[in-house]
Amino acid sequence: MAQLSARGLTLQYEQRRVVERLSTTIPEGKVTMIVGANACGKSTLLRGLSRLLKPSAGVVTLDGKDIHSRPARELARTLGLLPQHPIAPDCITVRELVGRGRYPHQGFFRSWRTGDQSEHDLAVERALEATSTLELAGRNVDELSGGQRQRVWIAMALAQETDVLLLDEPTTYLDLAHQVEVLDLITDLNRRRGTTVAIVLHDLNLAARYADHVIAMKSGTIVGEGPASQIFTEDLVGDVFGLESRVVADPLSGTPLILPIGRHHTATPSTPVELEFAS
Amino acid sequence: MTTRTTTARPLSRQATATRAKAGNDAGTGHRGNRAAWLVVAVVVLAVACAASLAIGARGMSLGTVWQALTAFNPDDGNHAVVHTRIPRTVLGLVAGAALGLAGAAMQGVSRNPLADPGIMGVNAGAALAVVTGIYLFGISGASGYIWLAFIGAGTAAVVVYLIAAMGREGATPVKLALAGAALSAGLYSLMNVILVSSQDTLDRFRFWQVGGIAGSDWSVILSGLPFLSAGALIVLGSARTLNGLALGDDVARGLGQNVALARGVTSLGIVLLCGSATALAGPIGFVGLVVPHAVRFFTGPDYRWILPFSMVLAPALLLASDVVGRVVLLPSEVPAGIMTAIVGAPVFVWLVRRGKGASL
Ligand SMILES: Nc1ncnc2c1ncn2[C@@H]1O[C@H](COP(=O)(O)OP(=O)(O)OP(=O)(O)O)[C@@H](O)[C@H]1O
Ligand SMILES: [Mg+2]
Repeated sequence: MAQLSARGLTLQYEQRRVVERLSTTIPEGKVTMIVGANACGKSTLLRGLSRLLKPSAGVVTLDGKDIHSRPARELARTLGLLPQHPIAPDCITVRELVGRGRYPHQGFFRSWRTGDQSEHDLAVERALEATSTLELAGRNVDELSGGQRQRVWIAMALAQETDVLLLDEPTTYLDLAHQVEVLDLITDLNRRRGTTVAIVLHDLNLAARYADHVIAMKSGTIVGEGPASQIFTEDLVGDVFGLESRVVADPLSGTPLILPIGRHHTATPSTPVELEFAS
Repeated sequence: MTTRTTTARPLSRQATATRAKAGNDAGTGHRGNRAAWLVVAVVVLAVACAASLAIGARGMSLGTVWQALTAFNPDDGNHAVVHTRIPRTVLGLVAGAALGLAGAAMQGVSRNPLADPGIMGVNAGAALAVVTGIYLFGISGASGYIWLAFIGAGTAAVVVYLIAAMGREGATPVKLALAGAALSAGLYSLMNVILVSSQDTLDRFRFWQVGGIAGSDWSVILSGLPFLSAGALIVLGSARTLNGLALGDDVARGLGQNVALARGVTSLGIVLLCGSATALAGPIGFVGLVVPHAVRFFTGPDYRWILPFSMVLAPALLLASDVVGRVVLLPSEVPAGIMTAIVGAPVFVWLVRRGKGASL
């Protein structure tokens, strides 16, 4: 059981109100993609859903219970979050960093005992392997490339082995192959263990492909919720991003494929595009 | 849908089980053997203690020191000299351990590599409070100093934090260090105003002032011991919390830590340690800065190791400084606090110039 819901949720930083009376449910056992323009409040929503930010109104519930009424560590064994800009301490090795994802599972004295460590070591190992960072395990996090670092942080979140996983832009810095790899990995996790996943993602086409459920946000409110095929319409993309686009079917997956229309390098949208150098 | 039992189900157990063993210690490099290094550190501390007992205006052989400790003969002048050095050595031990722990914990709590009880104004706060107490209320003796020192240390810590937290990006390492340095300067000049205007206060204050561990006796040490022990237990118990805080507040919260409570409790331990160390030995700077950084070379960023290492090596540095101070300008003595500043100031400059202020 791991159902995360928000009811009438208002989130603010001092005076700046960012999320206003928002209600939603992250469908259990599904992959949810949260999309929206920069600064519309996606990260803020994730922070609210994971108790990093106390709501000024409304509640967030996990399996019906207010997350702020549950013991923090117990919650951390069920609900994991990877923030957009995590900080790694100087000179920490990949294995140590990923190992800190086990903290909610380790008792105070347990952390000193070596006997009970095997289960934790195994969890760390699985997380390293799943993110293809096993060969980086002994390196310092400071010396990794942006993409390698990103995968290490994902490994830390995986090592926490929670039923609900919230990821804030987990594919920034990753090359296309690694973006797909990370999303495949998250899908595996979801299918094999039923992990409920919510991801903030800027790549709409990948979001459309990998989402069971899409939440589209605009200035702190939800403007569309549902399956990708219903959400990603030319109207919605225009409304949410202020961007003209064409939406066609992805020939590989059948999901919506959003083709942005900028001021340059696009033929008039109404005429079919022909490749001039083709013949 | 998912239950606790499925949570523990591995993604692919066979493959990982075999690799878990092989890969376990790979890559930790010089950190592989932290326990062994800790033993080395304890030996270094023992050497510093022996030096502190043996070296001074009147040098002793280690044999004499040993005899004085194991088979004390009250009629032997050398034995008597060694015995007068024992409280001083013990004070160096406890004050050094307190400053090392406090420095490491301050760096962890504020995620600030420049944190140190001296730099952050905590020692200055304690010192001014003690001087004010002597001046206004005629308080004397360590048991009186210690409460004043707590009040001063705690107030200074809060004030420095509040000053640094003003403005948009909050309490950054450099702002904290600047606020601490500014407050220290202000507090020390206030202190000097009092001292200049009152010969009596100055006299009582002299031995204590620049961080000397000379002239101490058992009653002084015993009066500080309960507070030091409480502070040390609190701080050592915060090791895991500090490891979490090192990942940033968001990740720490995500791992189930109560960040505000953790900061509060650890800071209480720090104030206990700094306050009592300052009350006992006077304001001693830089030990708490230098030692935890040096220690990280052996321990990596894990506070479960940084704290015990700092607790062992900081008193070694303080005792070594005290010993050097005894002989460097014979026949007079340079207080340990001045010697630690000579060692510590360049390290501080190096840390600032390295420019990694933001990450710890
Ligand atoms: N710590 C903070 N203090 C004050 N305001 C903040 C803070 N964090 C975010 N904001 C403000 O809240 C608004 C929403 O920010 P948020 O980070 O949720 O956006 P986002 O949708 O995640 O954007 P992006 O796609 O750029 O990551 C922005 O206007 C931002 O300036
Ligand atoms: Mg964001």
